Amino acid sequence: MYDVAIIGCGVIGAATAFELSKYKLSIAVLEKENDIGMGASRANSAIIHAGYDPKPGTLMARLNVEGNAMAEQLCKDLSVPFSRIGSLVMAFSDEEMATVRDLFDRGTKNGVPGMKILNAQEVREMEPMVSDQVVGALYAPSAGIICPWEYTLALAEVAVVNGAEMKLNTQVEGIEKKDGHYVIHTNKGDVEAKYIVNAAGVQSDKIHEMVAEKTFTILPNRGEYYLMDKCEVERANHVLFQCPNKDGKGVLVSPTTGGNLIVGPNAEAVEDAERVNNTAAGMAFVRAKAAKSVPSINYRNSIRNFSGIRANSDHDEFQIGIAAENFVDLAGIKSPGLSSAPAIGLEAVKLLKECGLEAEKNEKAVTTRERIHFRTLSDAQKQEVIKKNPLYGRVICRCETITEGEIVDAIHSPIPPCSVDGVKRRAGSGLGRCQGGFCGPRVVDILARELKVNPMEILQDGEGSKILLSETKQEVNA
Amino acid sequence: MYDLIVVGGGPAGLAAANSAYQKGLRKILIVERDKELGGILNQCIHNGFGLHRFKEELTGPEYAGRFIEMLKDTNVEVMLDAMVLEINKDHEVHVINAEKGYQVLKAQSIVLAMGCRERTRGAIAIPGDRPAGVFTAGSAQRYLNMEGYMVGKRVIILGSGDIGLIMARRMTLEGAKVLACVEVMPYSGGLMRNIVQCLEDWDIPLYLSHTITNIESKNGRVSHVTVSKVGDDRNPIPGSEMEFDCDTVLLSVGLIPENEITRAAGIQMDGRTNGAIVYENMETSVPGIFACGNVVHVHDLVDYVSAESERAGAAAADYVLNGKSEAEAVKLVNGNGIGYTVPQQIRVSRVEKLADVFFRVRQVYKKSVIEVSDGEKVLASYKREHMAPGEMEHILLTRAQLDQAAGDTITIAVKEA
Repeated sequence: MYDVAIIGCGVIGAATAFELSKYKLSIAVLEKENDIGMGASRANSAIIHAGYDPKPGTLMARLNVEGNAMAEQLCKDLSVPFSRIGSLVMAFSDEEMATVRDLFDRGTKNGVPGMKILNAQEVREMEPMVSDQVVGALYAPSAGIICPWEYTLALAEVAVVNGAEMKLNTQVEGIEKKDGHYVIHTNKGDVEAKYIVNAAGVQSDKIHEMVAEKTFTILPNRGEYYLMDKCEVERANHVLFQCPNKDGKGVLVSPTTGGNLIVGPNAEAVEDAERVNNTAAGMAFVRAKAAKSVPSINYRNSIRNFSGIRANSDHDEFQIGIAAENFVDLAGIKSPGLSSAPAIGLEAVKLLKECGLEAEKNEKAVTTRERIHFRTLSDAQKQEVIKKNPLYGRVICRCETITEGEIVDAIHSPIPPCSVDGVKRRAGSGLGRCQGGFCGPRVVDILARELKVNPMEILQDGEGSKILLSETKQEVNA
Repeated sequence: MYDLIVVGGGPAGLAAANSAYQKGLRKILIVERDKELGGILNQCIHNGFGLHRFKEELTGPEYAGRFIEMLKDTNVEVMLDAMVLEINKDHEVHVINAEKGYQVLKAQSIVLAMGCRERTRGAIAIPGDRPAGVFTAGSAQRYLNMEGYMVGKRVIILGSGDIGLIMARRMTLEGAKVLACVEVMPYSGGLMRNIVQCLEDWDIPLYLSHTITNIESKNGRVSHVTVSKVGDDRNPIPGSEMEFDCDTVLLSVGLIPENEITRAAGIQMDGRTNGAIVYENMETSVPGIFACGNVVHVHDLVDYVSAESERAGAAAADYVLNGKSEAEAVKLVNGNGIGYTVPQQIRVSRVEKLADVFFRVRQVYKKSVIEVSDGEKVLASYKREHMAPGEMEHILLTRAQLDQAAGDTITIAVKEA
């Protein structure tokens, strides 16, 4: 019997596990995929928003600003790439300048620090590549960019180091109340827990309905992106937004923590909450909209397209609260969910305590995580780590200068990956311009060697995503 | 201090190092990122290499072996499993490897021979799911030929570059069914001999002016591909869709020279080749730094890589032994139908007898003439029966012809007969 079971391990489940793991509690995290952070947390704009968008007084407004304030120290402690580069919401007309002023007022009410309204010339001084149609902008210096994969992983890894049990490939099929606690039926057998946290993302309405009356419906919404080669990063120095409209914050152009340029997303209601495909129309829309902000983006330098699904709901607000006895919803977490995540983790602990959870601080709990990012080291540090472990002297991913040492570290991390993309999310291999063309086969080799399995068992990504189908010189039934 | 550091131990680097040694350099280092010399040739186990160079048909590893063998009689040093992270104008080479750690090595001259990489799905933005089973042709070739694994059973190949064509045959020989080769352009990107030997001989259909417009997946692996005809604007034509049940997509949609360290060193680049701008002796804009092979422009045949790289190695030796000599250069201008030229500039006074010029045409030409002119005056012309973008062209300009050029540019253009 666990004290708390968290259903879903995206960034929200991970932040909750992280906060709970600071207490003397037994925790289980149930994740239906073969790795964590496989939903909205893996495919998004990778932005820590300043917090001027949400309506004042909403949970979204408070948690965004709180989460933003927490991000910097947390990322330092957890060795997560984060950079507070600031954002601009650009206006292209006098009407839109009115929106910019509204956002400034909202931001002020929400407690966003340091905002400023800029005129056209000030914008161009900060962003020489933006369209000459820009008439002004809202500048929010507290906005930042982050690696959402490492954020999610780091939070969950620390929780696991503190004793939380990570149950991957574990799909919740039903929940029953029995003798004052919950029995969670999964494809891997029953899990018993006193308290449940529902952090199931696009499936959070279904989990909610296993214990309570329907109060919200998830309306999955797909956003498509371009990730551009590093040579395009000079197009933007800040996160460049256009004025928000009913479909969300619109198409942004921004540097990423990896030194690339990200362009997107569109917003499209979709039926299938799990299908993250790209469409010709969606990508054309993104290109057209981004051209309004930065006309010079060269799509010949695209290195990847992707799409993510937002867990929007039929309410313009996070669905956070006590949904049933000893059952906390962290649901309908749409944008600014990533920005709010660490504050939502704290909120979850508060709500569980309201439910009656007795939690004693664990003084021995760790709250930091270290990892070697070889390419960010100084020449002397590089020399030193290679001396300690020669594997840091062998570059496997040449586009991103990721060494075998970092890949082996990733494979033996607290939540070990079983796929090439799992290694990518941890170590950064295959993220660059050749997209794993060179390092893919080498990562397969290293995974097989370290996990002591046949290379044919190594997956590209989720369950079933086989890379190698058979050995050569065999009969093939084509 | 080395006389010469060669970055890359593939066919270009091997030929450059050998030639620099033959010309008298004695402190030469080859830095190679893989665990053995030979570069991409090691996974090219088909034959057809060396027809020009050795007048026989070798496999890729055999061809590399010839050059590795030549090194044996020299004192050229080889550092394997080592990665160059940075070079600079002062001829410093930052290199790491497991054994020696992080080192900064100095050299009087440098030859860049890093080769090229494949364009990926991301570069051409193919819509659809993103499952396993989409490979660049080169990585599939590595899995198949070096690791011994089949990456698919029912295969669609996008792009008709040579590696894709070679893989169509290779997968077929291993028992896979290659359903189609799909090319967005109205002509093939590969060599005619590969179209015949790798597709036609195996009854694999080639769909010109077609592209993949959707990839679908089941259980995380490719399950279905939609192919559409494209119009003259290369946009898909609605209603022209063909559907294929398959588990694999191989991409052979172009190669890009790997010039990240070149750019970072401030060497001038050519946006058309994606390689460094070079003079007639393969010297870049930075004196004493030379470049050759696929890192300068993508070749069709390794034989030409070797020849070009021998010129680069010899030039590096000349630079070290005889010092640099400044000279006026003429620029080669791309006229009608010319996609790029290598070299981009010729220092006429440094041309002894002949200057090699390589180029690609922008479209398919039947009977036509390549004309080299200095504004009005035609300096040289060369007849061609057939030219295509997939086949690199080569002409020789004599010193006498170059001396006739009055201005500071020379134009190369195609004239249709």
